Amino acid sequence: MNLFLTLFSGAAITAGVAFFIAGTVALLRFPDPLSRLHALTKADSLGLGLIVLGLLPWAGGWLAALKLILVWLLVLLAGATATQMIAEHIRRSEPPP
Amino acid sequence: MAEALLLAAGLIFLAALAGLYRALRGPGAADRMMAAQLLCSGGIAALLLLAAATGLAGVVDVALVLALLGAFASVAFVLAARGLGQR
Amino acid sequence: MSLVLDVMLALAVIGVAGWTLLVRGNFPAVIGFVAYGLLLALVWVRLGAVDVALTEAALGAGATGVLLLFAVVRLRGGKAEIDAATPSPPQRVAAAILCGVVGLGLAVAMLNLPDPAPSLAAEATRHLPLLGVGNPITGVLMAYRGLDTLLEAVVLVFAVLAIWSMAPDRRWGAIPGPLFPVQSSGPLSLLARVLPPIGIVVGIHIAWVGADAPGGKFQGGTILAAMGILAWVAGLWRLPPVASRGLRWAVVAGPLVFIGVGLLGFVIADGFLSYPPGFAKPLILLIEAAMTLSVAAAIVLMVAGPPERPA
Repeated sequence: MNLFLTLFSGAAITAGVAFFIAGTVALLRFPDPLSRLHALTKADSLGLGLIVLGLLPWAGGWLAALKLILVWLLVLLAGATATQMIAEHIRRSEPPP
Repeated sequence: MAEALLLAAGLIFLAALAGLYRALRGPGAADRMMAAQLLCSGGIAALLLLAAATGLAGVVDVALVLALLGAFASVAFVLAARGLGQR
Repeated sequence: MSLVLDVMLALAVIGVAGWTLLVRGNFPAVIGFVAYGLLLALVWVRLGAVDVALTEAALGAGATGVLLLFAVVRLRGGKAEIDAATPSPPQRVAAAILCGVVGLGLAVAMLNLPDPAPSLAAEATRHLPLLGVGNPITGVLMAYRGLDTLLEAVVLVFAVLAIWSMAPDRRWGAIPGPLFPVQSSGPLSLLARVLPPIGIVVGIHIAWVGADAPGGKFQGGTILAAMGILAWVAGLWRLPPVASRGLRWAVVAGPLVFIGVGLLGFVIADGFLSYPPGFAKPLILLIEAAMTLSVAAAIVLMVAGPPERPA
């Protein structure tokens, strides 16, 4: 059981790290702000979500686990809102084609 | 186990840091805000991993505060960029 | 692994600090400043000072960042005023040299400390049970060095007064800050409706756990202030005019309670700001609760700025 949990956590956290790295690469390499924004949200929400998922079995109690999930939900809400607002800002400031 | 968690925290932190290049170079205000947001969520992820690796009390609370204030700061940045007419 | 992480963090802090100082343009500089505060919070966590990390994340990165951001927006178009207030290159070089010397001196002093460094930590922890609080930082801030904390609390009131005194005479007593249109739909409207209820709970939680774990009035109050500002910029909450009695009481409640409990010490304990044995924790909690309210009110008012709209 413990081995299974460790493997599960390892896989989830590795995937989370991969999403963060992918988000960074996209932020650095993608050609225009809107596609960079699109890629960034993946790193934010999914990367952190996977890491939280991986840490859940080791949180030590369901209250601590709930707190981890709350952090993730807050980042989801913040990320989604900020991304919408930044996208709106890009659209407003860019001259129409 | 703790070493592996620290390694993961280090990798995420390094990635978010590399993303800061966008905050430095821009070109637009939007890119800078994105990089700051990536640093915030990367910092949160690194903190959660650190909390699990070291067992230090209260570190998850720091992540919680960052999550709340990160949302608040992002909104303030967009409103300010709008007010400044920045691209 | 942890050494690699720490060296990376230290280099990043220095790099972002340097960039923030050198960059042209105020908006990117504020972004740099906020990133710097975030990195510093991570540094404090690595040093095991979680209380300081919380303060840095809330006040250093969050509140100060937004304060600077509002200042940048207010200063737009004021190039002449900014130029007049900007120090000349020799002054800046002199300031840089001075800062460098102080930094170097601190570094030398730190490196030359005997091992183990002289510390009052053991002494402080030993007397903690008398206070009834579990967090040694709160013990130091509220009991051993209560006067410093009291002065910090009073400084907030003076900061608000200083900002209010910038108002033109005819606007005295008016509503502070610009008017934000009501957001009836869109992302900001959603966030400003969903986040504050959660944020208020978290803010009170952080202020409350300060007695026994990392947290406290300044960090908790800052979160409450951030939620208030969020509701304000979304047009969902109207700031009261500065003539409002309730608002003024909210700003001074903390320092007044603090001074009141301090004076009470003459009667029921050994002197100013001392607590009677066995009754320290309720008094500390009373001060912390009032201070949380005052910190929140003061930060909202500092960000909002001087009164400028007729009530």
